[in-house]
Amino acid sequence: MIAISGLTKRFGEQEVLRGLDLTVKHGRVTAIVGPNGAGKTTLIKTILGLVRADAGSIRVNGVLVSDDCAYRANIGYMPQIARFPQNLTGAELLAMLRDLRGSRGMSVDGTLDEELIDRFGLAEHLGKPVRTLSGGTRQKVNAVMAFLFAPSLLILDEPTAGLDPAASSVFKDKILTERDAGRTFILSSHFMNELEELADDVVFLLDGVVRYSGAVDDLMRNTRQANLGRAISHLMTMGVAA
Amino acid sequence: MNVIPAATVKVMKYELRDVARSRWLIAYTLFFIVVTDALLRFGGGGKSLISLMTITLFIIPLVALVFGTVYLDNAHEFIELLLAQPLTRRQLYGGLYLGLSIPLALAFLVGLAVPFTLHGLDDPALRASLAMLAVTGVVLTFVFTALAFVIAAWSDDRMRRMGAAIGVWLFVAVLYDGLVLILVMMFGDYPIERPMLGLMLANPIDLARVLLLLQFDMSALMGYTGAAFQQVFTGSTGILIAAAALTFWVAAPVLLGLRAFQKRDF
Repeated sequence: MIAISGLTKRFGEQEVLRGLDLTVKHGRVTAIVGPNGAGKTTLIKTILGLVRADAGSIRVNGVLVSDDCAYRANIGYMPQIARFPQNLTGAELLAMLRDLRGSRGMSVDGTLDEELIDRFGLAEHLGKPVRTLSGGTRQKVNAVMAFLFAPSLLILDEPTAGLDPAASSVFKDKILTERDAGRTFILSSHFMNELEELADDVVFLLDGVVRYSGAVDDLMRNTRQANLGRAISHLMTMGVAA
Repeated sequence: MNVIPAATVKVMKYELRDVARSRWLIAYTLFFIVVTDALLRFGGGGKSLISLMTITLFIIPLVALVFGTVYLDNAHEFIELLLAQPLTRRQLYGGLYLGLSIPLALAFLVGLAVPFTLHGLDDPALRASLAMLAVTGVVLTFVFTALAFVIAAWSDDRMRRMGAAIGVWLFVAVLYDGLVLILVMMFGDYPIERPMLGLMLANPIDLARVLLLLQFDMSALMGYTGAAFQQVFTGSTGILIAAAALTFWVAAPVLLGLRAFQKRDF
């Protein structure tokens, strides 16, 4: 699904990605974990083309990520912070995305995935200007946008951080359903019990390289820890020591 | 093939809607309505046009720079979301730029048009001058909104961007003429008309002022650069050259902003 090799990115003095190699498998939920500043967000943004790599290559479904923007028609992105133009309504934002995607004539097979609007009970809020919505409601709009076009790849950056427990459960169910339908997920999160529920594969980043990449089951077996949280903190302490 | 891609028009459409509902934009429109109305009531005729020009040349660059910078700061996450859609950066930039500059330009035009319509404008020469003022104000809006995009890409620090926006304004709107005056005092004994001309072309606000005063036919008010300008060019040649230079002043920041936008990491 995604093949990354030799990815390097430097921000001024700071080398954030140092020749990162990574493969993300199709139809699985891949969790990206690592301490703050390990390069998780930079990696995600580079896949999306928001950040330009200094060296290395990224292929999404075999297509090289470059100036051609067509590959993004197959990606749904849910950024960490949901901030939209203050004076537009939720409905207008969704209409705008439909407009933009439709113009490319890609990925839209006529139907839109609006399930989350119902499950979040969002319909009544969509007519209001964004500035009047609570942070949690905005994050729900954000989630709806990521799933709206039934993309084959979803990139979720700390998705449940602003959601209440009920919405969070709905959202996690949605992820698992869509994964079983063959969609691929890249997920970054600090909530270990969430990763425990969702993740099939774990990628551990440290200092801009992948220190561990593999199935959750293998990780548990290798580190001999009781749960994923313990296993990952084990990786972190080992990683820092190494 | 269309000159402006469909995706650009779509981004523009929604951003325009957002900006047009902003309280700041409404305040900006009201400001021009009130000022124009007051000048027409108490001054009237050509004098009020000169006062209006002075205010326009100060306020438009300031608002375009500051409003543009603040808007782009607040839109950072939204721009990220748009960049994750199947759009090229060029299309997105075009949409963002037009969606920001068009409402600002319209606010100015409405603010100018409403009082003049109410009071009426009989003198055809004044009508031509007013049209020139409207065109110049719109051009300055496009110039300084583009500079806001250049500033947005220049630094990652919000305070530094704000400082740069105000700094650029202070320089072109206030300090520049003072510096020109100092140069005139220092080199007054030499033939400096041509360098002066260059200095005037190098500042879009100076350029706009000369263009307007040539149109108003008030060379006495033109200041040193304007006086030099009228010595070299008279009548339509002068206006043509100034207009060409203003066109350049729109194109250069727009292209510079595009380049910065394409290279930038979000």
